[in-house]
Amino acid sequence: MLPEAIEAMTEQLKRVGNPSSLHAAGRQVRRVVEESRETIADALGARPSEVVFTSGGTEADNLAIKGLYWARQPRRRVLLSSVEHHAALDPAHWLAGSQGAEVELLEVDAYGRVHPDTLRAAIERDPDDVAMISIMWANNEVGTVQPVRVLAAVARDHGIPFHTDAVQAIGQLPVSFAASGADALTLTGHKVGGPMGVGALLLARGLTPVSVQHGGGQERDVRSGTLDAPAIAGLAAAVSTAVKHREALSRHLTELRDELIERVRQAVPDVVLNGDPADRLPGNAHFSFPGCEGDALLMLLDAKGVECSTGSACSAGVAQPSHVLLAMGADAAAARGSLRFTLGHTSTREDVDRLIEVLPAVVERARRAGLS
Amino acid sequence: MGLRVLAAMSGGVDSAVAAARIAEAGHDVTGVHLALSANPQSHRTGARGCCTIEDSRDARRAADVIGIPFYIWDMAERFQRDVVEDFVAEYAAGRTPNPCLRCNEKIKFAAVLDRALALGFDAVATGHHARLVDGVLSRSVDEGKDQSYVLGVLTREQLGHAIFPLGDSTKAEVREEAARRGLTVADKPDSHDICFIADGDTRGFLAKRLGSAEGPIVDQSGEVVGSHQGAHGFTIGQRKGLHMDRPAADGRPRYVLSIEPVSNTVTVGPRTALEVTSITCGPPVWNGPSRFDDLTVQLRAHGEVYPCRFEEAGGGLRVDLDRPATGVAAGQAAVLYSGDTVIGSATIVSASRA
Repeated sequence: MLPEAIEAMTEQLKRVGNPSSLHAAGRQVRRVVEESRETIADALGARPSEVVFTSGGTEADNLAIKGLYWARQPRRRVLLSSVEHHAALDPAHWLAGSQGAEVELLEVDAYGRVHPDTLRAAIERDPDDVAMISIMWANNEVGTVQPVRVLAAVARDHGIPFHTDAVQAIGQLPVSFAASGADALTLTGHKVGGPMGVGALLLARGLTPVSVQHGGGQERDVRSGTLDAPAIAGLAAAVSTAVKHREALSRHLTELRDELIERVRQAVPDVVLNGDPADRLPGNAHFSFPGCEGDALLMLLDAKGVECSTGSACSAGVAQPSHVLLAMGADAAAARGSLRFTLGHTSTREDVDRLIEVLPAVVERARRAGLS
Repeated sequence: MGLRVLAAMSGGVDSAVAAARIAEAGHDVTGVHLALSANPQSHRTGARGCCTIEDSRDARRAADVIGIPFYIWDMAERFQRDVVEDFVAEYAAGRTPNPCLRCNEKIKFAAVLDRALALGFDAVATGHHARLVDGVLSRSVDEGKDQSYVLGVLTREQLGHAIFPLGDSTKAEVREEAARRGLTVADKPDSHDICFIADGDTRGFLAKRLGSAEGPIVDQSGEVVGSHQGAHGFTIGQRKGLHMDRPAADGRPRYVLSIEPVSNTVTVGPRTALEVTSITCGPPVWNGPSRFDDLTVQLRAHGEVYPCRFEEAGGGLRVDLDRPATGVAAGQAAVLYSGDTVIGSATIVSASRA
C-alpha cells in the first residue's frame, strides 16, 4: 500500500461513527467519506455524485452488468469483449444462464483488441435489443489497452449504456471518466496502492441500475451497506496519489518493462510476447515460453525468489488455459506455457537483473519437464 | 544439505504430518496437491471420496502452517486414463482391480515422480503408512493402517525416490502429532472406498459406465439359478446381493466363484469351492532383498497372509499356498512378504485348487 493510503486509513480507523448517522461523530465521518468522494471524482474526471462506493471491482462489475441489464428490460442482448476479467464474464454468463440474457462475446485481434467495427456490427444486428455493453479499459493478463473512447462513442450512437472495467488502468494510463464517454467505470483499491475490499463504480448521472443488494440505500439508492469510511479514505488517498504520480511512474515502468522484454528475448530467443507491443499497460510483460508449462516456470522462479503469475486459476486452483490467450488465437499449449511479469512502483532494475540471471536455466528445466 | 522433496498433499492428516516431518528434518520441501478430477465437487461428505475443492484448501492450509510453498498439479487427465478407465476396463474383463495400487504405480510414483525429477526434485514423499529403509519397503508399525500392499507394485527405482515418513507411527500418533503441530486436519475423517466414486456405489458407477445387460447366474453344474444385470457388478468371493431365485440344494450360502464377461455369466457355489492353493500371476516386480526366508503372500488389501512358495515360469509367477485361500480375484495383487518386508509383487491372473 502507498504510505499516503496507509496514513489516511489508519487515521480514520481511530475514529468511530457511521457516516449515515446524524450525530456529531457520524457527521465527522460523513465529511471524510464525502471528501474522499470528491477527491476520487477530481482525480478521475468525474463528478462527486457519480462515485458509488462498493466493496471492490467484482461488486462494481456485478452492479454495472446485472444492474444495467435489469434496468433495460425487456432488452436481452449483453455485449462483452471475449477477453474480460471473470468479474465481468461470470455475471454476464449468469444472466444468460438464469435471466434469459443473450450474451455475445466480441472477437478480438491477435493482440487482444476489440475493433470498433466489430462492436458496431454486433450492435447493428439488433440494436434495439442491446441492454448494455461492457469492455475493459486494459487487459489484466496481456496488458493490451482497448480503444475505449471510440468504443464508447459507438455505443453512444445507439444510446446503449457502456461500462468499462478500468481496474488495471488507473494509475498507469490517463483515465478521465468524462472524456472516455463511458457511462459506468469500475475501479478498485488494491490495484492503485490502496486497501483491499474497497472500490467504486463511477456511474453517469441519470443512469440507474437495478440494485444487486438491497438495504439502506446509502449510495444513490443503488448500492446499500454501511460505508467503510477508513477504507474509503485509504482508497481516495491512493487514487489521488497514483494519479498525481502516474506520468512519472508510467515513464519509469515503460522503460523498465521494455528493458525486461528485450532482455527476456535475448535470454530465451524463441519466447513470444503476448499483447500489443506498444499500446499496453506500462507495468505488464506477458510471454509464452514454447514447450514449457506456466505452472512449472512459476514454481521454479518462485524458488529463485522471482514472483510472477500464470493466467487465471479456477476455484480448485488448477491452471486452465487462459481464455484471453485462447480468444487471441493461441493454441491451448501456448496458452498454458505463459507467464506474466508485473512491474510496480517498487520494481527496480535489480529485479530485472535477477530474473535474467535465473531465467535461462529455469526455462531449460521446465522444458525438460515438458507439458504434462 | 537436505534433499529437495516434493510432498504430495491430499488434504488429509497423514500427508500433512508427513510433509511437516520432512520439512522439520531439514529438507527443502514443496507441497503439491494432485487435482485428480476435472470437475471436483466442492465439499466432501463424510469419509467418502477425496480431491474436492475443500480437500485442496485443507492441503494448502496445512502447507501454510508448515511454512512450505504449495502448488496444485493437474493430473486429472492422467488419472482418468491410467486409473479410472483402467478400473472400468478391468471390471469389464471380469477382473477386480485395485485403483489405489494403480494410482501409486502410474500417477504418484510415475507421472508425478517423473515430473518432480525433471523439475529438480530428488524425491516424492507421501503420507502412506509403510516403512521404507534404504529402499526396502516393509509394513507400518500400525498393522491396521498398513499400506505396503498397495505400494508393493513399485520398482526399486521408484522406491529409490520415495519417502514415507509415517511408517514408524500409528495413526493415533499421527493424529496426535497433527493436533500438536496446529494442523487443522488433525480430526478429519479417514477416507475410505474409492476416491473417484464419491457416493461409494461402485456397482452403480460401473453400471453407468458399462451399461446393464441381463445374464444368467449358474451353479457349478451349469444349471441356471438366477439372473443378474451385468457380470461386471460382481467380485470373486462375493456373497451378498446375488438375489437368486432359490436356495442351494444343501441350504448353504453361495458365493461368486467366477465371472465370465463374454457370455455375461456368473458362476456361484459353496464356500469350499472358493478355496484355492495355486495362483498364477503376471510378470513379477522384485523390489525387496534377494535373500529371505519365511515367505508369505497377501492376496488383497488388508487381507490375510498365507505361507507360500513361488516359482517363476514363462515370464510370470506361480505362487503355491501351504493352506487354501478363499476369495482370490484376478486383477488383485499378490504381494510377497518375508516377515514384514516386501519382497515383490505380481498381478493375479487366475487361481485354482492344485
